[in-house]
Amino acid sequence: MAIPLIYNLESVRARWRTTVVAVLGIAGTVGVFVAMLALATGFEATLVASGDPENGIVRRKGASSELDSAVTLNQLRALEDASEVARDGKGPLISPEVVVIASLPLRKTGSDASVQVRGVHPRALEVHRGVRVVEGRFLRAGLHEMVVGRNAAGAYSGAELGSEVKLGGTSWSVVGVMDAGGSAFDSELWCDANLLGSAFERPAGVHQSVVLRLATPDGLSALKARMDGDPRLQCQVERETEYYAKASRMMTGFILSLGSIVAVVMGLGAVFAALNTMYSAVAERTREIATLRALGFGGGSVIVSFVLESLLVSLAGGLLGCLAVLPLNGLTTSTLNFQTFSHLSFAFQVTPLLLGLGLSFALFMGLAGGLPPAIRAARLPVTAALRDL
Amino acid sequence: VKFLPLLFSNLGRRKVRTALTIGSFAVAIFLFCLLFAIRAGFQQGVEAAGVDRLLVINKFSFIQPLPVAHRDRILQVPGVQEATYASWFGGIYQDPKNMFPQFAIDHRTYRDLFPEFLVPEAEWQAFLEDKMGAVAGEGIARRFGWKLGDRIPLKDSPYGSYFEFNLRAIYKGARPHDDLTQFWFRWDYLDEKGPPEMKGRVGWYTARVKPGASMTEVARDIDARFANSAFETRTMSEQAWMASWLEQMGNIELLMLVIGSVVLFTLLLVTGNTMAMSVRERTSELAVLKTIGFGDRAVLVLVLAEGAMIAAVGGGAGILLAKLFTLGGDPTGGFFPSFRLPGAAVGAAAGIALAVGLLAGLVPAWTAMRLHVVQALRRL
Repeated sequence: MAIPLIYNLESVRARWRTTVVAVLGIAGTVGVFVAMLALATGFEATLVASGDPENGIVRRKGASSELDSAVTLNQLRALEDASEVARDGKGPLISPEVVVIASLPLRKTGSDASVQVRGVHPRALEVHRGVRVVEGRFLRAGLHEMVVGRNAAGAYSGAELGSEVKLGGTSWSVVGVMDAGGSAFDSELWCDANLLGSAFERPAGVHQSVVLRLATPDGLSALKARMDGDPRLQCQVERETEYYAKASRMMTGFILSLGSIVAVVMGLGAVFAALNTMYSAVAERTREIATLRALGFGGGSVIVSFVLESLLVSLAGGLLGCLAVLPLNGLTTSTLNFQTFSHLSFAFQVTPLLLGLGLSFALFMGLAGGLPPAIRAARLPVTAALRDL
Repeated sequence: VKFLPLLFSNLGRRKVRTALTIGSFAVAIFLFCLLFAIRAGFQQGVEAAGVDRLLVINKFSFIQPLPVAHRDRILQVPGVQEATYASWFGGIYQDPKNMFPQFAIDHRTYRDLFPEFLVPEAEWQAFLEDKMGAVAGEGIARRFGWKLGDRIPLKDSPYGSYFEFNLRAIYKGARPHDDLTQFWFRWDYLDEKGPPEMKGRVGWYTARVKPGASMTEVARDIDARFANSAFETRTMSEQAWMASWLEQMGNIELLMLVIGSVVLFTLLLVTGNTMAMSVRERTSELAVLKTIGFGDRAVLVLVLAEGAMIAAVGGGAGILLAKLFTLGGDPTGGFFPSFRLPGAAVGAAAGIALAVGLLAGLVPAWTAMRLHVVQALRRL
């Protein structure tokens, strides 16, 4: 026979002070847990969104990022001729790109931050389908013009539409702002590839990476096979989405490893607090429990009742914690991506999955903190407990 | 002291609760130490930076090289005592995950500029004599099980697909926070083996300023010397350079610390509450003690001592665990150059533990001291 839930609600209310402390402990733990996950998820999503599943990215074999990569002119020509690359009336859909790091002052602090600058050719927008110009116009080849990402325009002083950016000893006028759908390109500056290459004294014709549209979605393996067979093509190709997923791995791994250590330690502390609360609840209510037993409620019912009470408290904590971090959703922050040495803006992503994980974590803590005291409550010798009256 | 048995039996009264309270104390203090260690990990670069060292990089970008000939001209700048150069190599050891900094260094001058890295003289001589020689930090050598004389292959660097080095020396740090994960080899070897377009190029210069000379003035003079040349420079103190990277990390570090502090506060609140609760429950017992002749002060001390005891045991356990944890090495797999528990953290943690223990006991102890015996006994 089940003990009515109202009994637990009433007793939680009667011990409101210890309950509040237990709820706060669990809320804090769940909040931090979800916030960490939201940070890592947001970071990863920003980079992964930069990739297009139908695109491949070609880099030097073994290059750790675009920065230390190089694709020669011969390799580029061979790629342009490859049948695995999609083409339209104007030729192959291929975007060779020059990537450098420059430093620009951050609007917020005034100190310099590393910004990724990408030199592109006129077809870049046709290959990067997620990127649109939302203000002004796209840059013209052969001119010192620049298109800035939405986040870059906001983050760096002097990078807004109409201003001049000093880069590599030359001045570039910002002619457009691009929206890349919250991806890493939103933190970049784009300009003409040849001009950028010469401003940074790169050998002519050498690019850091080549992004290409695949003729068929599964054309990647065919292209890989071609590269293995062609001595001219000593480079590696990856699906663009995979490349960007990898580029986020170090940072997300870092956030997650630190975050999980902190969450586990905090969870342990919260379980201790829950145990203490429930044990003292059991101790205070010895005679109530004995009365319940005397009335005919079985040991199982007592266990269920106490575990339910503990779960109730932890659920309240979990909900509170989730509510507290909900405003983080969409909040833009920025950090340095160590894999590309550049500053990246990204937004927290509090997804339903993460909230679900947070609530499960809370319930788990409630269970761990409620079960041992519940078992003790069920084991109380009825006669002895009643004699205490 | 003679009340010690009483203290222990009080603590032993509810063994589970005492254990749990000590446990949560340990957890809170452990977390506190952990956050300190994380913070120290972030700050490592700035703390380890030499106070008299300037860093000279290409004005356009730190990824752009400078000519090796700049060294002589930097040395001519008044106030510069010595200068050395290095290049970033970026090879892969076995697996791309095994990341550690690899520098091609000027073997003649590098050690003079970085005296904090201690290399046994005999090993350094062996390094100088072998063109393919390399020096590894103690940390990285331990991580990969390298011994002197080992041949270390690094592949897929921008300088070429395959390089081999002979490990000739292992360096230690003069201070606990020195980066022990670096790998150095000779720049002249790289220059010989690297591609033609990278010949005669270095990544950056490090210059030491003479005692008494102004860092900012020397930095300005160096940049002025190369103004309007093909390779203009940007010179700043090593500390400013490290701080600028840390600032870019900024948000993440701040976030972790804010979150951690909130949590610590909550944990301590919970612990303190439990301790206060256990004293409140025993009001009647304290009244009995007073009835049989214990003075007000004795009761106060007794209750406070109980809190302090829990704090000491719990806090001690937390610090010990944190020490063991940090000795286990960087939990993020190479993100922090050094991961250690700073001495200040231990002191602060001990202080916090004791303060919370005493504070949590203070209110109930005060009540206990002021307790009116007759009234308290009536509550029985």
